[in-house]
Amino acid sequence: MAQAQSAVATESLPYNDVIPGAVVGRDGEALIVNREKLLELARYLRDHEGYDYLSSVTGVDNLTHPKRQGVERFEVVYHLYSTKRGGGPLVLKARAPEDDPEIPSVVSIWPGADFQEREIWDLFGVRFPGHPNLRRILLWEGFNGHPMRKDWKEAYYEEEHKPYSSRWPYGHYPREEYKYPWQEERAVYKDNLVFPKGFDPDRWQAPEVEYRLGQDIYRELEKLKTDRIIVNIGPQHPSTHGVFRMVVALEGETILGLEPEVGYLHRNHEKIGERNTYLMNIPYTDRLDYINSMSNNLGYVLAVEKLMGKVEVPERAKYLRIIMAELTRVLNHMFAIGFLLNDLGAFFTPALYALEERELILDLFEAASGSRMMCNYMRPGGVAYDVSEEWVAQAKKLVFERLPRAVDELDYYLTENEILLARTKGVGYLSPEDAIAYSTSGPVLRGSGVPYDIRKVEPYCIYDRFDFDIVTEDGGDVYARYMVRIREARESLKILRQALKDLPGGPVIGKKKYTFRIPPGEAYQRIEAPKGELGFYLVSDGTANPYRYHVRSPSFINLTALGPMCVGHKVADSVGILGSIDIVLGEVDR
Amino acid sequence: MVGKGILRGLTTTARHLLETYLDDVKKIPSRYAYDRHFIKQPLEEKGIFTIQYPEERRVLPERFRYVPMLLYDADTGEDRCTACGICAKVCPTQCIWIVREEDKTGKPLPRSQEFYIDISICMGCGFCAEFCPFDSIKMNHDYEIAVYNRYPDLVLSKDDLVVPTTYYAQLYPEAWAAEERAREEERKRKAAREKALAAKRAAKAKAAAKKKDEQKDAGK
Repeated sequence: MAQAQSAVATESLPYNDVIPGAVVGRDGEALIVNREKLLELARYLRDHEGYDYLSSVTGVDNLTHPKRQGVERFEVVYHLYSTKRGGGPLVLKARAPEDDPEIPSVVSIWPGADFQEREIWDLFGVRFPGHPNLRRILLWEGFNGHPMRKDWKEAYYEEEHKPYSSRWPYGHYPREEYKYPWQEERAVYKDNLVFPKGFDPDRWQAPEVEYRLGQDIYRELEKLKTDRIIVNIGPQHPSTHGVFRMVVALEGETILGLEPEVGYLHRNHEKIGERNTYLMNIPYTDRLDYINSMSNNLGYVLAVEKLMGKVEVPERAKYLRIIMAELTRVLNHMFAIGFLLNDLGAFFTPALYALEERELILDLFEAASGSRMMCNYMRPGGVAYDVSEEWVAQAKKLVFERLPRAVDELDYYLTENEILLARTKGVGYLSPEDAIAYSTSGPVLRGSGVPYDIRKVEPYCIYDRFDFDIVTEDGGDVYARYMVRIREARESLKILRQALKDLPGGPVIGKKKYTFRIPPGEAYQRIEAPKGELGFYLVSDGTANPYRYHVRSPSFINLTALGPMCVGHKVADSVGILGSIDIVLGEVDR
Repeated sequence: MVGKGILRGLTTTARHLLETYLDDVKKIPSRYAYDRHFIKQPLEEKGIFTIQYPEERRVLPERFRYVPMLLYDADTGEDRCTACGICAKVCPTQCIWIVREEDKTGKPLPRSQEFYIDISICMGCGFCAEFCPFDSIKMNHDYEIAVYNRYPDLVLSKDDLVVPTTYYAQLYPEAWAAEERAREEERKRKAAREKALAAKRAAKAKAAAKKKDEQKDAGK
């Protein structure tokens, strides 16, 4: 009976005429896919339907979702886009029951799923048969359990959701404090440390890095008599922009294979986010990519607004959001260029010249929001505070006079420098096909000649009102990415000039609310953050806290392409290539 | 031409060096003349951007936020806080906890008995100040809060947190002026309303008296 019903239902679903039985249902906009047919369907979608860009892969644990009782526990959600057609996503969902959490890996179709599937295995414990290197990515092997599962409790577990009831009106919290002089006494590091079954910390060795790459180079080098050595660059190394490790296999000085090792700054941002209310997450997003807190805020509030449905944003707030986001982009690109030069050996002189303008932009942020880096400025339905006339005058002065001059100076100072050219031209080549396949985004994708900018292909906010161009460079190397950043900073200034000129008056936010109840549903909102495509995936279960909160961070996914880009180059170039990706570890490790 | 790029780079660096030097010379009085300076980087600044903390400090904008403070009315000495608990509810790190005062029968009073903020986990987001309906919690500008022991020195109690409204008025001149204006308007509105109410009452009384008189007349 049930089978007959589903047979009738499947006929009306798309793609079932090509691959029978692939799509078994709908969940909102998403198509629910039979996991046995997932690979077949994925290959068809990529080859015949043009869905070549896998934006985000993430997991959901349906254990306690009130509307999803009775469905399989684990769910893997794929957001597919087409770089040629542009437009909205195709959302696929594959489900797996609790006792058999396995979903076939799509790495063979979209290599960009590599790190994301490892992350799902790490945090949810869903296996991906067919994945070439399925080991934990953010946590270490001795970590007990999979923390994003709904039945996993963290070290300081107090209550399911914030706000905690102990804080008010009777303030029991200090009494707890007297019992435990400092909370570290309650942490899982003394007697209550638990390892997974069969794990012996004394015998543990870091897993050997698998080299899937660079076999051709190896054959070439076989003629020479050299030893293969493994070098760890990082985690404490100035060139890695934070605590980040590159495990490099070398033959002489040539890189045979490179594996990024991340997770040193992991704090389970997403689990914290699921305990928070919607509003509380905004200051936490500041800490993702701490250089561009304004655009993180923007991405998150846009996702919340999408989930809430119709939200009126005042006109002035719309303009202020654009102004802040574009100032952030200028700031980030100058920062990235400065530190790329730092990585190439021009120690701190260019970086500090680039940082001077950043100071002035941060002063503006501080005057508007109260903080230089952790801005916490956007709110669902507008922005937190209005800016004064004086602020606008300052911003105009900066945008019309000082910043263009600074970008020109940086250009004059660096672009034709022989050393820069020698170190960057032809280094770290990424072909356009690979750039799309590895799901890279932002300047890395556009540096490979793919004209894909979310502000144009899927406009959000009011970007469709401004006149600007998508910047692309055909080189595909470090130099091309550098040039994309310089030119994009100019395009941002173009937007800023238009936005500041027509900045309207009026309110910046409706009634400020500190708690939202959002009807059950889900939303994926992506924006063109300075580092690439920043996406927020939210699932609501009708309460004041998000049921699932996922960050698709550009730095993390751009790192997938680091290994392939570095193979065949000298070890010194790997530092420059990493600098050209422009990662921030707060966002990579989350 | 090989070497052109490098020459360009060197001229840029040299110009920066020279500009920094000239900028320093031009400043009267010199930035090294007094013990302490408050510096605001002008947009025309060409020289070096370094501020030599702690001898020199930045001028903080009004909205600068660091850790929260609690206001009491400088005239009456009363806390503005009514222990409504909204700050404790919006706090993302849940670092605020409040004990509400109660009278002997257990009826809650609009006052806090104890008020703690654990500023070792406070992230300085400013939500408590933003959503406080009584303007009683605001963000302090004092950022030099280093202590020797984080517990209990960084758990601030009510005694550590309270500041008079005069201090707030000094830190936040614009916001204070706006608040004053709002209060003045509120007072005027209240006075007008009372006046209108009194007039209405008087009219009513008059009307009633008239009616009574008429009734009396009719009775006669």
